[in-house]
Amino acid sequence: MSAMFSRRWRSQPETTTTTTTDVHVLAVDDSLVDRKVIERLLKITSCKVTAVESGWRACQYLGLDQEDKTSPEFVNGLKVDLIITDYCMPGMTGYELLKKIKGSANFREVPVVIMSSENVVARIDRCLEEGAEDFIVKPVKLSDVKRLKDYMFGETRGTIPSADKNNKEEKGSFNKRKLQEMSDNSPPLSLSSSPPLSLSSSPSTSQSPPTSSPSTSPSPPNLSPSTSPSTVSPSNSPSPPTESPTTSSSPQSPSSSESPSSTPPTSPPFSPSQLESPTMRLKVTNYDQA
Amino acid sequence: MENHLNPFIHISCSYPKRHQVNQCSYFWVNSKAKTGVPLCLLGFGAVRLRTDMNRLLSLLFHQGVLDEQFLQLQQLQDETSPNFVSEVVTIYFHESEKQLRNLRNLLLDREMWDYVKLIIHLNQLMGSSSSIGAKRVRNICAAFRGAVEQNNRSACMRALEVLEHEYCYLKNKLHELFQIEQQRVLGDAVRYPGVLHP
Repeated sequence: MSAMFSRRWRSQPETTTTTTTDVHVLAVDDSLVDRKVIERLLKITSCKVTAVESGWRACQYLGLDQEDKTSPEFVNGLKVDLIITDYCMPGMTGYELLKKIKGSANFREVPVVIMSSENVVARIDRCLEEGAEDFIVKPVKLSDVKRLKDYMFGETRGTIPSADKNNKEEKGSFNKRKLQEMSDNSPPLSLSSSPPLSLSSSPSTSQSPPTSSPSTSPSPPNLSPSTSPSTVSPSNSPSPPTESPTTSSSPQSPSSSESPSSTPPTSPPFSPSQLESPTMRLKVTNYDQA
Repeated sequence: MENHLNPFIHISCSYPKRHQVNQCSYFWVNSKAKTGVPLCLLGFGAVRLRTDMNRLLSLLFHQGVLDEQFLQLQQLQDETSPNFVSEVVTIYFHESEKQLRNLRNLLLDREMWDYVKLIIHLNQLMGSSSSIGAKRVRNICAAFRGAVEQNNRSACMRALEVLEHEYCYLKNKLHELFQIEQQRVLGDAVRYPGVLHP
């Protein structure tokens, strides 16, 4: 099944900046459970994964712990396309690791995504200001990883959107707006699909924006494959295998011409400007439930 | 799409339809749809096992013991990683029991409690619980953390007891779930040898 995913994904035109097709992700998390999950999430979206347990180990892996390890052979031999790290870690936090990466000559261009179970605005802002590409609230879902991969490596394979400073600021402010909007919503279950953020996370909203309301029902929307023809990727199996790779890897890209034929020919809700701004899935969880 | 499979669930389960269709149907589709074998030929045992599994899952969702993140884990399981959920959950059990022991040891100290360490362990337990969808355990950790932040010792003791109890319940139920799943998989392997099966 993963072979089918990567075949579809490779149908995107490749730029000349890189010849390898697999995205290599360095995942950093002190929790073994989370490492396992993020590893699987990334593998299922056809990424190569190296999972390490601490910021220090990540620095070791990247050669950042030794100031003089900047030889081109080392850097070229080590291809890291994305670094995804937990925020709260003993020793070196994700934030500190972010600073180290952004301060390094070799890896400052590599996008860094921060994960955290705490949805703290100040923390998010700090990370974005320091140069983080995106901020994901845990628990991480398949839709998060897919969205990440699509907007980072979907149509601009090998190029990194963050090279554009304006772009980043726009993204930053876009996120802040979303934060305010999200804080007004408190769904009973933490769902990723409130209408403004319904770009790619929930399958039932992916192709038909007007139907975003069903996705806010408490029961998991991902599991009602009968409601929308494109909802095959998370459920993984109800429809014939040919449909699932299509929806999992490429339907969310703005230039998608591969949207499943069974969906209505609506103009995709994800216009390029929307996709460039990273949407953050924010959750409002009820701590007073216990 | 797989509506033709659902009528059987309606007969056997008495849970609200929404839960059934959304949660139960997933598990029906996950295995049987691929073989295209009508339910009536499957044999009552297999059907009952799946019903049991769905019923148990529905119950756990209904009780708030599990949330959608658990389903997300299920979605990550396939032929290439057929035991993913049980592997992750097993790791979760090991890690959690370590944290629970740490918490209990910290609270055993009659005089000074190390609040910093308490919070660290709670955060870790909270994080991993949320990653596998153990909603109730996670929420109790949050309440426990609140009690620690308020220096409320008796609330902390109570919270620890509730936490241990909830964790035990979760562990038992998940074991039960995996056992049913095992039986189902074995039964299917016997019944349909050579048929590709997730």
